[in-house]
Amino acid sequence: MRARAIIAALVLLAQPVLAQGFAGMGTEAEGFAMPVPGAGFDFPADHGPHPDYRIEWWYLTANLQGPDGTPYGLQWTLFRSALAPGEAEGWDSPQVWFAHAAVTTPEAHYSTERFARGGIGQAGVDADPFAAWIDDWRLAGPSLDELELRATGPGFAYDMGLQAEGPLVFHGEQGYSVKSAQGQASYYYSQPFYRIAGDLDLPGATVPVTGRAWLDREWSSQPLAADQLGWDWFSLTFESGDRLMAFQLRQSDGRDFSSGTWIGSEGATTALGDGALTATPLEVTQVAGRDVPTRWRLELPARGVDVTVTALNPRAWMDVSIPYWEGPVTVGGSHGGIGYLEMTGYD
Amino acid sequence: MTAAGFSALWSHWRRNPLQLFTLVAGLALATALWSGVQALNAQARASYDAAAAVLGEGRYDQLVPRAGDSIPQDSYLALRRAGWQVSPVLEGGVQAGQTRVRLVGIDPLTAPGGVGPMTRSDAADLPAFLSEGVVFAHPETARALADSVPQPVIADGGLAPETALTDIGVAQRLLNRDDLSRLILAEAQPIGRPDLETVAPGLIRRPSQQGSDIGQLTDSFHLNLTAFGLLSFAVGIFIVHGAIGLAFEQRRAMIRTLRTLGLSLRRIMLLMGLELAGLALLAGALGVALGYVLAAALLPDVAATLEGLYGAQVAGGLRLAPAWWLSGFGIALLGAALAGAGAFWTIARMPVLATGARAWAVATGRRRAAQGALALLLLILAGLGTLLGGGLLAGFASLASLLLGAALALPLVLDRLLALGEGRARGVRAQWFLADTRQQLPGLRLALMALLLAMAANIGVSTMVSSFRLTFTGFLDQRLFADLYVAAEDTAQGAELERFVAGRAEAVLPIQWVDTRIAGQPAEIYGARVAPAYAENWRFIARDGPVWDRVAAGEAAIINEQLARRANLWPGDALALAPGRTLPIAGVVGDYGNPIGQVVIGERLFVRLFPDAAPERFGLVTVDPARLRAALEGELGLAPGQITDQAALKAFSLGVFERTFTVTAALNVLTLAVAGFAILMSLLTLAAMRVPQLAPAWALGMTRASLGRLEVLRAVVLAALTLLVALPLGLALAWMLLAVINVEAFGWRLPMFLFPGDYAVLAALAILAALLAALWPARRLARTPPSDLLKVFANEG
Repeated sequence: MRARAIIAALVLLAQPVLAQGFAGMGTEAEGFAMPVPGAGFDFPADHGPHPDYRIEWWYLTANLQGPDGTPYGLQWTLFRSALAPGEAEGWDSPQVWFAHAAVTTPEAHYSTERFARGGIGQAGVDADPFAAWIDDWRLAGPSLDELELRATGPGFAYDMGLQAEGPLVFHGEQGYSVKSAQGQASYYYSQPFYRIAGDLDLPGATVPVTGRAWLDREWSSQPLAADQLGWDWFSLTFESGDRLMAFQLRQSDGRDFSSGTWIGSEGATTALGDGALTATPLEVTQVAGRDVPTRWRLELPARGVDVTVTALNPRAWMDVSIPYWEGPVTVGGSHGGIGYLEMTGYD
Repeated sequence: MTAAGFSALWSHWRRNPLQLFTLVAGLALATALWSGVQALNAQARASYDAAAAVLGEGRYDQLVPRAGDSIPQDSYLALRRAGWQVSPVLEGGVQAGQTRVRLVGIDPLTAPGGVGPMTRSDAADLPAFLSEGVVFAHPETARALADSVPQPVIADGGLAPETALTDIGVAQRLLNRDDLSRLILAEAQPIGRPDLETVAPGLIRRPSQQGSDIGQLTDSFHLNLTAFGLLSFAVGIFIVHGAIGLAFEQRRAMIRTLRTLGLSLRRIMLLMGLELAGLALLAGALGVALGYVLAAALLPDVAATLEGLYGAQVAGGLRLAPAWWLSGFGIALLGAALAGAGAFWTIARMPVLATGARAWAVATGRRRAAQGALALLLLILAGLGTLLGGGLLAGFASLASLLLGAALALPLVLDRLLALGEGRARGVRAQWFLADTRQQLPGLRLALMALLLAMAANIGVSTMVSSFRLTFTGFLDQRLFADLYVAAEDTAQGAELERFVAGRAEAVLPIQWVDTRIAGQPAEIYGARVAPAYAENWRFIARDGPVWDRVAAGEAAIINEQLARRANLWPGDALALAPGRTLPIAGVVGDYGNPIGQVVIGERLFVRLFPDAAPERFGLVTVDPARLRAALEGELGLAPGQITDQAALKAFSLGVFERTFTVTAALNVLTLAVAGFAILMSLLTLAAMRVPQLAPAWALGMTRASLGRLEVLRAVVLAALTLLVALPLGLALAWMLLAVINVEAFGWRLPMFLFPGDYAVLAALAILAALLAALWPARRLARTPPSDLLKVFANEG
């Protein structure tokens, strides 16, 4: 699940909602369309926006390596948040766009954000040929399989090319991903098989990098239950070529709701139901005045997985309007690998 | 013992209520004038800050169009798509009841942090602002606005007056526009952006104006007000100083008695200090209340002046924190301390058994010499300050030195004049009158100094205002020579208009300009279609050859006086107009309607240099303005509001100007009134003490009535003599205001004109004030019971 976009959506729902914390968000959905099981997808149209749903994102993370073997991570995310369902011309559009970009090195973490109104052309997504943009940031190409990626910030920039080496994968029940015991859900699919190469512009140097990237697509109108406080989300690529998407939603009653998808190296998926996997914090880092777990034990007994997930840079704090932790990780234990970790709700 | 001492001290005021009144009233007036003026300044500054905060003008650089006031929305998108972090702003006027409200549209998503009231309002959150189109407005205009716009209107005191803020989309709809006015540039910009020139060549970057442009422009106005406030305060303190000095003199005997009874000097000083502090607080309260009334009464004129002169908007109501008004008490205490310091010093050094009241100490030769030396020093300082120059503050310091030096010199000058008269006087009565007047000088000197300052300020300011008015009307005649002024809606309509009036008007003068920077200063470059009317009407301060021919040929430029003085550029010098383009300067013109630099070049050269700037405004010279106007409205379909005739424009400009100095004129009258009050109080307090001196004259056969008449005459003679000093002082003041302060503050020098008629009226007013002030004391003197006069002789020996 990638409900993390909601944190950014909160920027737009402003203070009254914020005051209630994560527990109060996304629980109302009057007038918005709701995901239903078994609806199926229509591509390439579904790579484009769904303005009748409240929130939606195009979420790309990548684990990279420089010529000297130094590991890096990058993030590029475009969010759409609707104040009302539907679309309109010009400034009257109820659609609001915002985006986050970040680069993580073992020593530093750079992050920045952008905002735009819908309807005037400053930001948007076209399905075919695929183009997602906000200001000068772009994720675009002839199709989702072949993309160019670009973002700039006050202290960094990157320019990348991506090539998909496998199929799209669908989470939950053919892309219908359940988020709570009460039935909150979203449409959710991924392209976890990108090869990526390009240049990172960092203070003092331009670094040519190569690596692997993972794109998530998700939209929904009511993704969280009222008692869910925050989440820990993992996307891991193992040396074997298998991949794992896993998340747990932390609830105010102390119980967690967990879910995930096991993705075989050829793209075959197995949905993991609530309780199939467990994630346990091993080490906490104080960052931006909060205690955030930056080393985890992740167990998936059904697949013989018992790994330690360690942040490349424990200080990968996204210093944006509503801050959160997101950064590259390394995987050791029963399986070796790399991946990304996102954590919200640690106040 | 302390209580008894206190009640003894207090009994003095009970026996001399007039003195008490003088003290309290003087201090209250001083406090009122000071705090009133400060209230006006604070209110105006708060308004500018509010305006700057809402519009993000203070903190952020902005992109503005090189010409005109419109940015296509596509330029905004092009900049954003190129990575430039800019936020759009649209401004325009909407009618709300009787007032025109400045509607500002912003995009809260891209606006740099903290812009606008969304960040503090509980009444509307961001989704409401975006989806419902909430309008925030200044409380004074919120209700009227609510009736004229469909959106919900929320009152917000943090906005500038007559300003409303809303979403950019709502603003475009309400103003029926699809463009933008300017772009706010965020502080943090991404790396690797293309140049502004390649993305949006029509825009230029305007640096942030820390403290805001308007603040700088209006500083001189506020400095003027502050100077007047200080002057009034000084006049008030003269009065208080007189009252305290007198009261302390008269209480010498009482102090001696209290000390011989065992009350320590220290305790007496403490009691008197407390007494004075108590009186100061009372006066402060009265003064603050009076100051509020004064500020509230003058605020509309101040607001009108600031808006007319600088376009700065000031709230119509006083809204200042209570803590601010407390500072009025501070000023009253400070004033009392200043005025009483000398008296306390005397008492502290007084021997226990010092003799009783000496009435007024006659100035000793040594003291007079010291005073003379100080006056001379101050006058020299004023002269040096003026000669050497060095900014507005130096100018005001010179002004203060001049006024204070002249005030200190006044008693000495009057004394010399009276002595001169005494030597030439025929007859005993005249000699006695002059000698007696001289003898009274020390007692009246503070009141006369106050009168001098008030009169000099009056002469100086009225000379400045009238000189300004003459120059300004001349300037308007020079500049507004076209008969009709037409504003097109856009450049397309401008071109259509130009075609339409060709043949219908004698001359069409496009008014087109670009904003730029010249010699590091903001400036406007105008492209003029040189017509005979220019040569006929424009007057140059300095010129070089056939100015207009050279300008028409694109070989030379005309600049205004502001630019000439600030950049020290004069005819013959080269002016860097644009990169790689310099022109010699052919002439410098006086420009009294404009704070920034201006350059005039020929139309052809202008079009070559700035091809994007198409004219939207035109001056039309015609013999029949009414017919041309009718044709423009009837045939071309222009709205009446797009056409202004010259007479209306002149009337408007002069109207703005007339209100400009209402405030200083009002302060002038008040200062004069305070000076008159000072004379009245001095004469009243002197009257009682003068009985021993008048008794012999009475005994020698002068009637009480004639003594009274002489008393009135004395006040008139002294006022007239003071006037003799005040006239040159006032003219010096006017010269400094026009030739020093004005150049420093505005960048132009005004020619000085003399107005003998005005001075005569002022002289009459000042003498009338002295006469009125002397009437009551003279009447009292004329009715002094003969028994009182007789007692003088009985008490002798």
